[in-house]
Amino acid sequence: MAKSRQTPSQTVGPYFAYGLTPEQYGYQHGLRSLAGPDMAAGDVEGLRVRIEGRVFDGADAPISDALIEIWQADALGRYAHPADPRGRNSGFTGFGRCGTGIDPRNRFIFDTIKPGAPADGQAPHLNVIVMMRGMLLHAFTRIYFPDEAANATDPVLNRVPTDRRSTLIAIPLGRDAYRFDIHMQGERETVFFDV
Amino acid sequence: MTSETFTPRDWSGQPAYIAPDYKSTTLRGPTKPLIPIPQTLSELTGPVYGHDSVDTHDADLTRNGRRNGEPLGERIIVAGRVLDDNGRGVPNTLLEIWQANAAGRYIHQTDQHDAPIDPNFFGGGRCVTDADGHYRFMTIKPGAYPWPNHHNAWRPNHIHFSLFGGSFLSRLVTQMYFPGDPLLDLDPIFLATPEQTRSSLVSRFSLDITQPGFALGYAFDIVLRGRDATPMEA
Repeated sequence: MAKSRQTPSQTVGPYFAYGLTPEQYGYQHGLRSLAGPDMAAGDVEGLRVRIEGRVFDGADAPISDALIEIWQADALGRYAHPADPRGRNSGFTGFGRCGTGIDPRNRFIFDTIKPGAPADGQAPHLNVIVMMRGMLLHAFTRIYFPDEAANATDPVLNRVPTDRRSTLIAIPLGRDAYRFDIHMQGERETVFFDV
Repeated sequence: MTSETFTPRDWSGQPAYIAPDYKSTTLRGPTKPLIPIPQTLSELTGPVYGHDSVDTHDADLTRNGRRNGEPLGERIIVAGRVLDDNGRGVPNTLLEIWQANAAGRYIHQTDQHDAPIDPNFFGGGRCVTDADGHYRFMTIKPGAYPWPNHHNAWRPNHIHFSLFGGSFLSRLVTQMYFPGDPLLDLDPIFLATPEQTRSSLVSRFSLDITQPGFALGYAFDIVLRGRDATPMEA
């Protein structure tokens, strides 16, 4: 039994940029960004991929003040965290952030590397946190890749009803680029997790 | 490797995704049931930012935005502990904060509130907890500001907080409020939080944290999801 109640979440609000994504939003005066949309800088090993998408509200309008965070493994499926005992690929933190208020079409655009599968039987995926003004607590989802045989055995994808699984699978957009739109509501509502 | 898991999200203490009095939630909150999934290595790991992520003045918002003088407003110290829900301090974890200036104005390009920008106040800061989970910020007390949710709507004074904790599951973005603020009872964002946990979002005035002759002190502890008390061996 937990001793203390967890602090409640509150919305990230519309003005998160200078706290969380200052450089992406062009603030010259203030903090540097700890994480941004270019996750694969330098000589990190792995296939470079671009993942872009928009966040749509229940009226199918793109949201201009959402913040997307990505947490992913390196090309060999290893996480840069002490709970992963396999060691890490130096220089790749695996964490990215992108707000949707800068791109003229309100896209988030991550340049990263394709992650490896973190364990046997799992499919390569990126872990996603979605937050925005008008959302009181963040939502968890995942981005999977099309044409991965392991999607059929992935323990998380298999918990998702078949007819909603496609909301978690990115769409090819040319060579090594993918589109992953997030629908907050409606028939195509993205699957969010209780985890 | 132990297969430690994290405590579940305390849904009964969290606001709902859709809170009709906070109007923009109605088109933005998910409506379908969340899908329960197991906690795998993907969730039990998370971004690691230690002391090397923070510059000297990052935790002092009265200094990190100076151009030609001191920022205006009431200097305050906000300090406390980051704990997990088993009562253990969370060491070496990053806190990121952002807030309006003393006049209730954010420097964000889209903030059109007719209140002055302070050229010496940026409004963003960060620090990392010590070995026992303690943190401390020096800043300026943020002002209230109007927002378009309903007629004559004003946000209470608040500071936004972002934390990571031990894994992707302990991520928390929240807001800290100030004691005695008359706007709290009128604020749909604050009121969307269940009554049983709402008061934990309000800081406490502390004479112990107050620095004599310089700045008032406010105490604000934050509780994150932690490792389950009874881990199972893999």
